[in-house]
Parts: sequence; C-alpha cells; structure tokens
Amino acid sequence: MTRNRRIATLSLVLSGALLASACGGGGGFEEEGATSAPASASGPVDLKMLIASSGDAETNAVKEATDAWAKSSGNTVTVTVASDMPQQLAQGFASGNPADVVYMDAALFGNYAKQGSLYAYADQIEDNDDYYESLRQAFTYDGKQYCVPKDFSTLALQINTDSWTKAGLSDADVPTTWEELEAVSKKLTTGDQAGLGIGVGIDRLGAFVVQNGGWWLKDDASAGAANTPEVTEALEYVQRNVKAGNFQMSNQLDSGWGGEAFGTKKSAMTIEGNWIKGAVTNDYPDLKYKTVELPEGPKGKGTLQFTQCWGISADSKAQAQAVDLVKALTTVEQQMKFAEAFGVMPSRQSAADEYTAKFPEDAPFVAGGEYGHGPINSPGMEQVVADLNSKLEDLGGANIPQVLEGFDTNANAALGQ
Amino acid sequence: MSTLTTTAGPGTGRAPRRPRQGEGQRQSVAGWLFVTPALFVLGLFLLIPIVMALWVSFTDWNGRGSPFSSRVELVGADNYAALLTEPGLSRQDFMISLRNTFYYVVGVVPLQTVIALLLAVIVNQKFLRGRTFFRTAFYFPSVVSSVAISLVFLFLFTGTGAVNQFLALFGIDGPVWFSDPRGLIHLIGDWLGLWSVGRPPSALADTQVLSLSLWEWFSGPSVALTAIMAQVIWTTAGTFMLMFLAGLQDLPTEVEEAAMVDGANRWQRFRNVTVPHLRPTILLVVTLGVIGTWQVFDQMYVMTQGGPAKTTLTPAFLSYTAAFRQQQWGQGAAMAFLLFLLIFLLTSLQRFVLRDKDEAATRRARRRQQRATRRGARA
Repeated sequence: MTRNRRIATLSLVLSGALLASACGGGGGFEEEGATSAPASASGPVDLKMLIASSGDAETNAVKEATDAWAKSSGNTVTVTVASDMPQQLAQGFASGNPADVVYMDAALFGNYAKQGSLYAYADQIEDNDDYYESLRQAFTYDGKQYCVPKDFSTLALQINTDSWTKAGLSDADVPTTWEELEAVSKKLTTGDQAGLGIGVGIDRLGAFVVQNGGWWLKDDASAGAANTPEVTEALEYVQRNVKAGNFQMSNQLDSGWGGEAFGTKKSAMTIEGNWIKGAVTNDYPDLKYKTVELPEGPKGKGTLQFTQCWGISADSKAQAQAVDLVKALTTVEQQMKFAEAFGVMPSRQSAADEYTAKFPEDAPFVAGGEYGHGPINSPGMEQVVADLNSKLEDLGGANIPQVLEGFDTNANAALGQ
Repeated sequence: MSTLTTTAGPGTGRAPRRPRQGEGQRQSVAGWLFVTPALFVLGLFLLIPIVMALWVSFTDWNGRGSPFSSRVELVGADNYAALLTEPGLSRQDFMISLRNTFYYVVGVVPLQTVIALLLAVIVNQKFLRGRTFFRTAFYFPSVVSSVAISLVFLFLFTGTGAVNQFLALFGIDGPVWFSDPRGLIHLIGDWLGLWSVGRPPSALADTQVLSLSLWEWFSGPSVALTAIMAQVIWTTAGTFMLMFLAGLQDLPTEVEEAAMVDGANRWQRFRNVTVPHLRPTILLVVTLGVIGTWQVFDQMYVMTQGGPAKTTLTPAFLSYTAAFRQQQWGQGAAMAFLLFLLIFLLTSLQRFVLRDKDEAATRRARRRQQRATRRGARA
C-alpha cells in the first residue's frame, strides 16, 4: 500500500535526520591524533579553562591572573568552575571539544594521559628542572612528562596545643620517631579524646608506608609491591595503636576526615595537609594548634604529596597560546600570588624560600616537598585503590597481609593490561 | 482525533463509511507530522543514546572523541565477560552491587507498598478530620528533592544525631549509621548465637561463589544501607499512596455496601473487596517500585559514594564510577545493559505472578471453546 510506503519513507528520513544531528557538530567521526608540534591558531584566540576551585578566593585569583595574561597577549580566557571535576573532564574529552587548559589531578592524570587526551608540553618549558622532582614524576606517563605542576600540598602532624599542655607535654616532647609518636599519643588519649586521629585510606596511611621505606607499587609501577615487610610493618604499627586506642581512624570518631575529628576535639593530633589551615579558620576559629613535620619512621622521613598540574588538551586548537598562558601562570611571582590568595604551596623550588619567609608556620609542609611521595598515578589503578581503601576502613579488624595480597593481585591485573 | 470520529464505531447500526482514497492518506501524513516532534525528541534523547551505549558496551572506547571513530575497536563480549565470568575486581564489585541492591529491593518494595496502601486507606476515611492536611503531609516528601532529603538524613543518622539520641532514651547505643558496614543478617545471627561476626563459620567464609564468599552473599543489608532504605521508604510511600488513593476512590460505594449487607466485617471487606479491586494498582506500584529501587543512584551519590566498605554500592552508581571516574566506558555501559536485562526479567516475572488468574482462566476457557466450535464446524 502506498500509505505504508509513505510512512516508512517518512520514518527513514526522520531517523536519518536524527542520526545526522546526533553525530554532527563534531565535524564527523574522525579527529586528528595528538601531534607533537603545538596547534597554533592564528590571531587572537579564546581559551577555555576548567578549574576545580576551593572557593571564591581561588576563582578570583585565577581569573585575575588569566585576565592579566589575556590583556598583555591580546587573547581572551574564559574560566569555568567545575562542580564535579572528574565528570566534567570526562565529558569534555569525550566531546572532542574540551577546555583548552584544565586543572589535572595527579590521581586522574594516568588515565587521561594513556587515553591521549593530554598534550605533552613539558619539554617546551625552559626551567622545568625548577619544579620538584617528585611532582614532575607525578605527571609522567610512559617516560614522558606531560604538564607542569600547578602547586602542591604535603601531609604534616597537627597538634592541639591545649591538649598538649594539659597532658604535661612540652616543646621538647614533639615526636620525631614512631616510638615517640606512640608515647605522646598514649599520653594525649583521654576518655573523650583519642591521641591521634587519622583519615581513612591510603592517602594518609601511605605516609607511614613511605617512612618505613615501602610503597604500594614497585618503583617503575610495573606491579604491586604491597605485600612486603615494609608495607605490612607500617600498617601493623598503626593497627597496633588503633587497637590500643591511642590512634583512631576518623570514621571511628564519627568524622568525615581527620580535620573534622581534630576540629571537634575528638582527637588531640591529626595528620593532614596545608588545606587544614582554611578549614580551621572557617569552621573551628577557636582551635589552638601547631603543625610539625611527621615523625621519622625506621627508614627516615616520609610524607605524601598531592598535586595538580596545568593540563592542556590534546584536542585544543590553540595549544601554543595555552602553553604561553601556563608559563605566565607558573612564574615565581604568580605562584606567590596564588599562595597568598588561597594558601597553596608553590611547585617551584626557587619559590620555597620566599614562601617560608612569608608563611613560617608552613615550614613543615614545605619541607615535605623534599622527601614526599606522590600519589599512585598509573592508569587503571583507581578501582584497585578504591578497593584497598574500602578494606582498610576498619583498620583495627583488618587482616593486613591478606588485604595487601589481594591488592597486589588486583594491581598486577590492572597494570598488566 | 478526527480519525476516531470519521469511522463509525461498531454497534451504531450504520455500516462504516469507506473513506475516500486521498483523505485517508492525507490524514495519516498529518498524523505522522504531528508526532514527528515527539519522535524526534524521543529518538534524540532516548533511542540514539541507548543504541550508542549498546555499541560502547561492545567496544574498548576509552572516552576520548567519538565512540564511532576508527580508533575504537570492537572487543566482542569482553566487557560483559569481565563482569560475569572472569574472576577479578570488576566482577567482585559488580556482584557486591547486585547483592546490596537485592537486599535493598527486598527490604524497600514490600514495605513501601504496604505503608502506601495503609496511608491511602487512612486518608480515604470519609470521617477523618483534616484529611487534606494528612494527604499533603504524606505526599510532601515525594515533592522535595531527593538530594535535599538525603542531606537531612545524613544529619539525622550521624553518631550523635537525632536518631541515636532518640534510641539513647531507651538505653540503646546506636551505631554510627553511615560508616557501619556490618550486615543485618550477620548481626541478627550473632545476636541469636548462630555465629560470631568476628569469626564467621568456615563453611560459609571459605566457599566462593562468583568472587564473593557465601558469608558475604548472606550478609544482608549493611547498617548504612538500612538507613538509606528507611529514607527511601519514607520518601516514596507518599507517591504510591496517591496511586492507591486514586484506586480506592474508584471503588464503587455500592459494592462495599453490598458486602456490608452480606455481613462482612471491616477486615473481610478490606481483604475481599478492597484489595482485589486494587490489584491493577498493586501491580503498578510494585512494578514501579522494583524498577525504581534497582536503579537507585541519587542517595548513594549524595550520601555514601558506595561506602562504607562498598556496602551501598549499586549497579547504577558502579556504572557511573566505572565510566566517569575510571574511564572504563565499555564496562560502565555493559553494567547498564545487564541491569536493564535484570529489571526486564524481574518485571516480566512479576507480571506473570500477579496476573489476574480468573481472567486468564476465562480467556483460556474461551479459547478452548472456540477451538471446539471450529472443530465441530469442520466435522
């Protein structure tokens, strides 16, 4: 019947139009791969920047800095604050039209580097050596450094000075070894306050592992190395103290993170990074505390570093301009401006002295730049790390060798891919 | 509309007017034109994404650029295999999420249905004072955003929150709800002295089925998941109450009066008149409940992110994390389709179980009779 044919034709046309509209816009299915020479659009460009901001102070500081560059270079920069950074990054890279410059967290970096979404520009930075070696390592995939670190944070030990003096401790008692840490936390533990509150997961426990000379993965990140005496002993040290009640994990203290337990005085000490300064000022302004370096373990000093870099998209049409912008954002002068505006530490070694002179109370954090260990950044490891974290939630009751063995099995499977 | 009026319905006594050739065609074209915008929207936002996701679930697409580009390779059923047959982290997580959601569905659906029915019967009482107030009050949680409710519950269920303070009045030391991964069945068994949570029976703990030990399979919902279940029941009971209420108001008073004349008491009337009358509504509520609970996502995203110890991981949330956090888009899409299959099977099963047995029997009898007449006519 003609009617049926007509209807069929109509639906065909309709679905054709649908498909065309769904796949159009990106200019077809194919995009050119990442090339080593920067894509440079001629004339003034409009760079898009996606950031994960800690608040208005950070957003405004970044906008001010990008505006200054835009004015001097004749381009424009649009800064967007992400509400859910990993999701918005993924959406951008999938669309083929991502933001040109993004905050790239070291823990997410591996997947995006492997996927080819990032443009490796570190070889165009003349004074790349000025950045801390361990930070550069955090943004290296397959032997190639992709981007330059924006800033960094490290873990240190925070002490509630009121509890400290109440327990009869003095400055001379500040712990410098595991034995001393155990002793002071025992003294600080009272009926309603734990000696040391530790946030859940390897982003805090890892510090003890580093102090004991171990790491979750082999140095070249080719396989898991958690089921080793170094890692096991470190976790067992913490576990022993958790069982004894000197240390408590933050979830035992009904807190979301170590800083909350510390601020609500459920623990007399905690292990957190420089972000705790802002949290205390905002949420617990009456708290009196001081920060010291983490105690040394059997194998010396150790802490963890957290960092983000200025990532540039492989699909950016104006990579040369983006690199230029990143150079302007990473001068010593600009990094110090960011430090003053929202309390991050410069990723350049040459800025360390100026920073410690200005913020002497942050010296313990800055010191961690020398001996800290960056996060696990191998692609495919996120699921494995999440699994380990979930098994370490109840650290007191965990069967540590079994948990670590499981981690190694999973890590080997993920890294062997 | 015009199609309906031009062809005369049966029983009017008049033979249906044959539409002229051109008219029918014009009408069908007009009809298609009218539905085109709707079809376009459905196709663009429903059909194409589903087809694309199905495609992605069979590829190794890593999340960069178009999934249809030549760089993306087909990997067959690898993504499904990683979730179902290959021992590993992916299967373990997927199985954990299925286990959690199973307990979640089993806990939420019956309770929310019964509570909704109860509330509907209560606010349907003609002599209840302030009926409108109660109807609004019970329905209110359904109108509020689930994210806002989740945040409130987060505070209610903290270690020192209102719920624990209330429990403390009875001398009960409440748990830190949202960071307690202990399973309810484990806890009840421990309490009854069947086993010790600290030292699970080795027959259960050492037998592995699909990456989880039997002990883990039979954990029951965790304390954290139970708190979420309480919230969801509270929120959705109001929504379903409205459906039951509509069904109840459809029940003719004469029928109930007839039952009263027959000497049926209140409970008998409810059991033998009201509930059978509500059968289609019950089917609807249970079906919507099963679909909604298997797809639960918001609460996990806002409140627990799958924790503590993965006991609030659900397939929908796991699918999201696999894709957006771990860049394993194929596996994320595969999970979504496995979840779809599961829901489809369960709802079909449920339709079969809850079908009207009398009606099915009548239909069967009629068919048998028709066959017999045909046979008789042939003979």
